[in-house]
Amino acid sequence: MSIKVEHITKNYGDFQALKDLSLDIPGGELVALLGPSGSGKTTLLRIIAGLEQPDSGRITFHGEDATSQSVGKRQVGFVFQHYALFRNMTVFENVAFGLRVKPRRERLPESVIRAKVHQLLKLVQMEWYADRYPSQLSGGQRQRIALARALAVEPKVLLLDEPFGALDAKVRKELRRWIRQLHDEIHITSIFVTHDQEEALEVADRVVVMNNGRIEQIGTPEEVYEHPANLFVYQFLGDINLFQGRVDGNRIKVGNSEVAFPELAGMAIPDDKTAIAYARPHELEVYGESHGENAIEAEVRHVRVIGPTVRLELRRRDNGGYLDAELSKERFHELKVRVGERVFVELRNLKIFVEDYQI
Amino acid sequence: MKRFRGIRKGQNEGSIITEPIWLQRMLIGVAVGFVIVFLIAPLLIVFGQALAKGWDAYWEAIREPDTFKAIQLTLLTAAISVPLNLIFGVVAAWLIAKFDFWGKNFLLTLIDLPFAISPIISGLIFVLLFGLQGLLGPWLSQYNIKIVFAVPGIILATIFVTFPFVARELIPVMQSLGNEEEEAAIVLGANGWQMFFKVTLPNIKWGLLYGVILCNARAMGEFGAVSVVSGHIRGQTNTIPLQVEILYNEYNFTAAFAVASLLALLALITLIVKHVVEWKSGRHHSNSVQINRFKEGISHEY
Repeated sequence: MSIKVEHITKNYGDFQALKDLSLDIPGGELVALLGPSGSGKTTLLRIIAGLEQPDSGRITFHGEDATSQSVGKRQVGFVFQHYALFRNMTVFENVAFGLRVKPRRERLPESVIRAKVHQLLKLVQMEWYADRYPSQLSGGQRQRIALARALAVEPKVLLLDEPFGALDAKVRKELRRWIRQLHDEIHITSIFVTHDQEEALEVADRVVVMNNGRIEQIGTPEEVYEHPANLFVYQFLGDINLFQGRVDGNRIKVGNSEVAFPELAGMAIPDDKTAIAYARPHELEVYGESHGENAIEAEVRHVRVIGPTVRLELRRRDNGGYLDAELSKERFHELKVRVGERVFVELRNLKIFVEDYQI
Repeated sequence: MKRFRGIRKGQNEGSIITEPIWLQRMLIGVAVGFVIVFLIAPLLIVFGQALAKGWDAYWEAIREPDTFKAIQLTLLTAAISVPLNLIFGVVAAWLIAKFDFWGKNFLLTLIDLPFAISPIISGLIFVLLFGLQGLLGPWLSQYNIKIVFAVPGIILATIFVTFPFVARELIPVMQSLGNEEEEAAIVLGANGWQMFFKVTLPNIKWGLLYGVILCNARAMGEFGAVSVVSGHIRGQTNTIPLQVEILYNEYNFTAAFAVASLLALLALITLIVKHVVEWKSGRHHSNSVQINRFKEGISHEY
């Protein structure tokens, strides 16, 4: 079922949580709302669920206005950040809850409810835990029960609030993969909130990057990573190095070096305009010797080996700024640099944002 | 980390912080002596005096018509005020724990008011409101409604005095539980009643029971406020505590202590039930505390 969010605004006192936000979610997609805390992503999710009322704007489910529909009528499944399992009920009763509270004439016979709950427990690989209480389960297990409980009422939309936030790294990875598989099996329109860019990029069909109550960019994981719409998206999707520079024709001067940006030609940006260039740590090329004028001289301050990659913390000789570079282990051994030694950083693959200009 | 340190401290307590034997014995002696003089001895004296002239005299004293009336009135008062305070208390705790609204702190203070003021004042409030010379007195007497120096006044004063018990007990419980389980129930299609009876009530039941027990003990034992509004009409507006006072003032010690022993018995039962409830809810609580700790640990990690 497709979801349409139109011009939603939400304030909490003086705080503007959502500012005139619009979003289209096609049916059957798994969408990530990605943003830092306070960006309004959870508020948006709760408004879609009906747990919060927007100050203005409209929500439509498959073309039908749902703005004033009560939570129970919207047929959404919601998985809470801390699971919110009913602590006084067994796993079985938790999953059966949505089926048991239905009005008498809609309620399924007990035997059908039992069969259905067992089938769901099987789906989330928890069929042996039916008689346990939530307090007897691990975080990952609770999460699965919360999911089974949400799916029991056959929702049209599945909403997940930071579904992996409270789990340790390994369980997180497993559950991530598992949710992706589950979604490929049952194809229910799903939206999940996360502040972890890796999670969003790995799991989602589409990523909605949010900041300050607005949407910064919507796109496939590849689109938002490779072609960030703006500085915020670029910064939020991974570590970056930042170079202050000045425009000079179709070149940018960074410190003593100059980098050509053919795309600047024809944009008629006045010279000396401040430009900010960015590169991710793995995009920087580090050499032992200078290869030309485009290199920045720097000193190695720290070397950190993280599994198969090596991170160098570099200090620029020209202005004292810090840079992060990421190399493969092989490249690092080729370089043979140690802490305190001099290296040259080639400025390539830079992305550039000039104030007031869209590039 | 914290817990680890806690365990070690506990283990060391025996070896490092050890008082000399004589000090240990003295402290234990003082504590036990205190409990005997102030708690156990009075209780024994009450029962001893009550039964001083044998079981027959005890039974006679309780069966005496005025006393019997007083017991009935006390039970009636508790039977009305406790359920009402149960409902008020749950509603007030729900409002305060689950919603943010203007004047919330003021409401909290209001709920505590009966604790803060002397019961005599609580009684006087009702006399000033409903008494013949009071604010609403003329209007009430016009319709021949008697509140002060009658049963309604006693019930009103009791409700007022025992109002905070249930709410005060439930607010922290409800606050620590948060809203998520209720929200989950609503999203799953439950209506308000289903949410309350299937999700909220089971989670607060021990706190609620505890509050009701305390509320009941106070409702039956309240003296000050009831004394002011009752008018001490024998066989009509006397509750057990008032009856005890009257009998005592008449030097009818056996009867006074016999009736008093009923209240003492109520106190003992209350304490036992309270103990059981605390033990039960303690087990339940330690579970949720652990969950909270677990949650905290997680929010530190991320």
